[in-house]
Amino acid sequence: MTAVLDGIGVAVPRQVVTNDDLSQRLATSDEWIRTRTGIAQRHIADPSVATSDLAVEAAEALLKTTPGNQVDALIVATTTADHLMPGVAPLVTARLGLGAIPAFDVQAACSGFIYGLASGAGLIAAGIAERVMVIGAEVMSRIVDQDDRGTAVLFGDGAGAVTLRAGTPDQLGAVGPFDLGSDGEQARQLFVETGGTRTPVVDPDTQRRRFLRMDGKQVYRHAVRRMTESSQRLLDRAGLTVDDVDRFVAHQANLRILMAVADRLGIPDERRVSNVDRYGNTSAASIPLALADAGLRPGERILLTAFGSGFTWGSTLMTWPDLDL
Amino acid sequence: MSAVYDKVKQLLVDKFGVPEDEISPTATFTDLDLDSLDLVEFALAAEEELGVRITDEEAEQLDTLDDTVKLLEQKGATVEGAG
Repeated sequence: MTAVLDGIGVAVPRQVVTNDDLSQRLATSDEWIRTRTGIAQRHIADPSVATSDLAVEAAEALLKTTPGNQVDALIVATTTADHLMPGVAPLVTARLGLGAIPAFDVQAACSGFIYGLASGAGLIAAGIAERVMVIGAEVMSRIVDQDDRGTAVLFGDGAGAVTLRAGTPDQLGAVGPFDLGSDGEQARQLFVETGGTRTPVVDPDTQRRRFLRMDGKQVYRHAVRRMTESSQRLLDRAGLTVDDVDRFVAHQANLRILMAVADRLGIPDERRVSNVDRYGNTSAASIPLALADAGLRPGERILLTAFGSGFTWGSTLMTWPDLDL
Repeated sequence: MSAVYDKVKQLLVDKFGVPEDEISPTATFTDLDLDSLDLVEFALAAEEELGVRITDEEAEQLDTLDDTVKLLEQKGATVEGAG
């Protein structure tokens, strides 16, 4: 059986932080941020809001559009879980009253949503579930040093949920095939050093090293190459060319990366979906946020691609369903 | 001017939107309004189109286009169809 997308819902925190807001306390400017990244603003969660809260909100938004549909498995793609344990997924199923269904997290950083879709598709193909909810949810602001102008400007918070039902490849909403990969040699290029089992946070020094850090230029270089190659391999495997792609929805990290990948693939500007200006990099939430935002029409063929810490990367194809939202 | 210089010039015009009349051997990337991410993009493009690998450290050292062309030629850059 093939995974067929049949619902979507998103949630972002109310508070918006603009580039000008950041320029008040960081040595940066709206112009610098826009030209380097394409970001104008990002949504930042209130301190009382954790990742499961955003995940639940996105799920509720989705469930409102598909009343009566049962979910029998739930996956949350996140790097910023509420706790080291349990994962976010069981918290979400409990809050939604979904019963004792299988629930687990997938951690593939910014590639998480695509890995989450692949995992959901796997559950369906194995006959383990008939309708899987996959949620990408992050509170990136809480792992970012808000005093570091290099990273504070890049990330935002949010969540997006989709449901995948068991169906057939010819149906609108069918997802697949997938191209997934990783390169753990580059682990330190996009890195949260302390707070795990390698180096627990126990003193001021390890506390200082608990924030996300990255080598921007290396990440840019690898992201452009890996997303381009993954997308190309995927199209080849599906027997398609870039002309068959109606919309290009890449992980919304940085407008320049999106443009560089689209350019290399030969995808024209008008087919490239981007909302990074409004949300910043929301990691695993970015693709569902972009899908919800894009005004997609039923039957459109969409190429999704992502790249993140790991390094990890993933691409998939889908046709957009008729959701009657 | 060499085939590599012409290729670099073409890359700058086509991929980076640099006005052709601003390009000269003594022009620097800063003169041409290219920032640090453009340099990474340029290094990637050099790899793809000229078959040479420029590291980030080397890219940071690049000053004028003349320097750039020299570095690329040193690394064995070849332009398809050129001698």
